[in-house]
Amino acid sequence: MNNVINEIGIENYIFLASLLFCIGVFGVLYRRNAIIVFMSIEIMLNAVNLLFVAFSTFRQDAEGQVFVFFSMAVAAAEVAVGLAILVSVYRNVGSIDIANLKNLKG
Amino acid sequence: MNTLIAISGLGVFCLIAEIFNLRKLLVPVTILGLLVILGLTISEFNTPELFNNPMYNNMIVVSKFSVAFSSLFIILTIFLVALSGDFYKEHLTKISDFIAIKIFLLAGAVAMISFGNLSMFFLGIEVLSISLYILAGSKRLDLKSNEAGMKYFLMGSFASGIILFGICLIYGAMTSFDVEYIKSLSRSAELPIWYTIGVILLLIGMLFKIAAVPFHFWAPDVYEGSPSMTTATMSTLAKVVAMATLFKLLDVLNADIDYKFQIVLAIVSVLSMTVGNIMALRQNNVKRMLAFSGISHAGFMLMALLSMATAASTLLYYTAAYALAGIASFAVIIYVTRDKENEDIVNFNGLGKTNPLMAAILTASLLSMAGIPIFSGFFAKFILFTQTITTGYLVVVIAAVINSIISVGYYFKLILAMYTKEAAEDKKAVPFVYHAVAVVAILLNIVIGIYPSLVMNLLN
Repeated sequence: MNNVINEIGIENYIFLASLLFCIGVFGVLYRRNAIIVFMSIEIMLNAVNLLFVAFSTFRQDAEGQVFVFFSMAVAAAEVAVGLAILVSVYRNVGSIDIANLKNLKG
Repeated sequence: MNTLIAISGLGVFCLIAEIFNLRKLLVPVTILGLLVILGLTISEFNTPELFNNPMYNNMIVVSKFSVAFSSLFIILTIFLVALSGDFYKEHLTKISDFIAIKIFLLAGAVAMISFGNLSMFFLGIEVLSISLYILAGSKRLDLKSNEAGMKYFLMGSFASGIILFGICLIYGAMTSFDVEYIKSLSRSAELPIWYTIGVILLLIGMLFKIAAVPFHFWAPDVYEGSPSMTTATMSTLAKVVAMATLFKLLDVLNADIDYKFQIVLAIVSVLSMTVGNIMALRQNNVKRMLAFSGISHAGFMLMALLSMATAASTLLYYTAAYALAGIASFAVIIYVTRDKENEDIVNFNGLGKTNPLMAAILTASLLSMAGIPIFSGFFAKFILFTQTITTGYLVVVIAAVINSIISVGYYFKLILAMYTKEAAEDKKAVPFVYHAVAVVAILLNIVIGIYPSLVMNLLN
């Protein structure tokens, strides 16, 4: 397994993870549908998880893989709370377009 | 570790209390529990190394720094829980959820401040943030609260993603999450470029959490829309926690040894103060005004990080002064606006006549935030400025002094409204807890203002 990482080069894993992370970031910044924004946040977190596993194999160290479990559990909890907020927004506004949420400004 | 276990236990107890129908007793029992935990924490202060249990793999490291800040967090939580009893009296069926979330938030805060491993730091910051998302959106029939919860959730999890990426790159460079190991290695070894990028991403994420310019745009909306109780939590507890954690991270990652980093920190600090204060001048909503005031205070606290060697005690003093004044002012704000539609300054008209004590406390806490003597806010700023001049950032101090003068402008807008305008309504009775919390908080503020050495000598 380590040979594969060395043959491909750890840099390429970093580039791939950074690319996925940037896709997530632009999704959060430019999309207006709340569900798609949530998905973009998940892409960001999963890009990091991918890089954790790659580093873990590259460095021959199991800690990184354990961390992935933590971050997956945390991401699940986070999305559960986010969806709950989304449901209460939908009940009040009748839409999940986050462009509708602009009552607070000044 | 004992503190963290005890707090989590108390949180679980709060959830279970609902089953046994202890809702009426819940607030006093929780405060009692928190006082016991406070005593337990303080008993660890003098010999912290005895409490570092190797069984837990150095996940939590007890030190004087962590004990001092944990005690501050516990004191703030006691005040917040005491206020919750009356604030949530119309939602008595759900009170154990609200209290339990606050206690879990405290558990996250303690994990964040005493982490010995970056995974513990990440879990702590997530526990804190997720609790705050729930609290921000907790008034679920109110559109404003929904919007605040949604915005805070989106911005917060965005920042968490950035922090996670930073941790990942640091792990890739270091092969370990252990803080001591990272600290020793970051000083000596030749490190790949990912390490620097990781540190920068981690710090950007933390600046999001403390709402420093240019990552501050979510704060005013979220503070305004959330229920007042949550705003009080965010502007006192959450801000102090994030600030202290940022200090600990900088200490661990040795980022401050780079001169370029110090320049960036100085610029962010001056920008936060200036933007926060200037935007606060034109606000009519008190919560929004305090949000901008919080941004400017984040700038002042960042200033403390310019001189890392002495920053710990200055930061403890400044955050204690700011948070106690914040608690006192929010106790009054919650009382005045609890059955109003919004929190505009008009609601405070004539408070000086209808309720002199509450008006005096609000005045005192605002003066403390502005930095007027006998209140600890003044001495906090004084110590901070002296320390920063000694380190050699005279320009930053000049900007900070000018900003302190600007800040008097908007604090006095509220004070003048209380004392010079006519009241629109008659006097109404104040529940005892509001008086008690406000008086105790402002007295603590004055006491540490008169005896700064009480706090300043703790961490030397």
